[in-house]
Amino acid sequence: MNTQIIPDKKALFRGFFLIGLSGFGGVLPQAQHQLVQRRGWLTDTEFAELLALGQILPGPNIVNMAVAIGSRFHGVAGALLAVAGLLLAPLVLILLLATLYQHYQHTSWLQQLLAGLAPAGIGLLLGMVLKLAARLPRRRLPWLLAVLTFVAVAGMHLPLWLVLLVLAPLGIGLAWRYPQGGL
Amino acid sequence: MLLFLFLMFVQFSLLAVGGANAIVPELHRLVVTELHWMSGQEFAALFALAQAAPGPNVLVVSLIGWKVAGVPGAIVSLAGICLPSSLLSFWVARWWQRSRGSPLTIAINKGLAPLTVGLIAAGVAMMAASHPPSWAAGLLLASCALLSWRTRLNPLWLLAAGAAAGLGGLV
Repeated sequence: MNTQIIPDKKALFRGFFLIGLSGFGGVLPQAQHQLVQRRGWLTDTEFAELLALGQILPGPNIVNMAVAIGSRFHGVAGALLAVAGLLLAPLVLILLLATLYQHYQHTSWLQQLLAGLAPAGIGLLLGMVLKLAARLPRRRLPWLLAVLTFVAVAGMHLPLWLVLLVLAPLGIGLAWRYPQGGL
Repeated sequence: MLLFLFLMFVQFSLLAVGGANAIVPELHRLVVTELHWMSGQEFAALFALAQAAPGPNVLVVSLIGWKVAGVPGAIVSLAGICLPSSLLSFWVARWWQRSRGSPLTIAINKGLAPLTVGLIAAGVAMMAASHPPSWAAGLLLASCALLSWRTRLNPLWLLAAGAAAGLGGLV
């Protein structure tokens, strides 16, 4: 995974088209699989960096990532192609599904399908959390910060903007103040 | 109407801190309670659909646009929600690329990494909590997590297994 591959514009569009098409219940696990493992456009480290930026910046995370990755390879055109590729197929599909859903929402096979897809999709996301967590330094402070974020959002149901407003500067400040160790 | 939709979602764009799901409560209030575009039940159904369908969850926005103004409404809404945040991302990404390896970007990296873990883990916990708990679903969730963590299997295979388990009535 050390050799960096730079995609041409067509490959960029196609790559994000596939990511969009195959991301049931959230696109992130598929994005990691395609961008890092299958295509080698990004290293694990770069993916984690861009993911963190996509999370902290306002707006849909994966669209932010597509903009960042597309623009890195091909400037404005790359950003547009990546976002268009990402959203095109899902947009068409979801409008079709919405139309169908109005007619078939009570059929049992559809509900059974969703009942099986949902836990699998959540499991994939959990797998990604595990991959990211394994990369955290084995020190007390980073893990404390991760747990704090988790509890604030999932346990106390604080609004996200508030959590980020407090914890993001705190994390960055600590990492800035103590470059060695700490975070 | 199209212009109204566009401007409405442009405003929402920079409010979606941490992802599209962050604006859902506010969206619900506006669309259901204030504008009376749809009932709460319809809203919940559209939201579930956007979660279950392939693609990013931000597509719930396009469904609201579609409900109100058809396909043009869907496109305009999606463009509105993506535009301001994408412009911001574009500039930040350029700056990031230029100053990679500087003490500031290193601090940002290290400082944000724990937050990313906590945030996505919280999303997992909240989504899992919104489903009725069952041994079968828990087992499916855990095995998908383990396999995607430890192997390089394409996630689609695991989703297919989940779908099959659902159709087979196992979950």
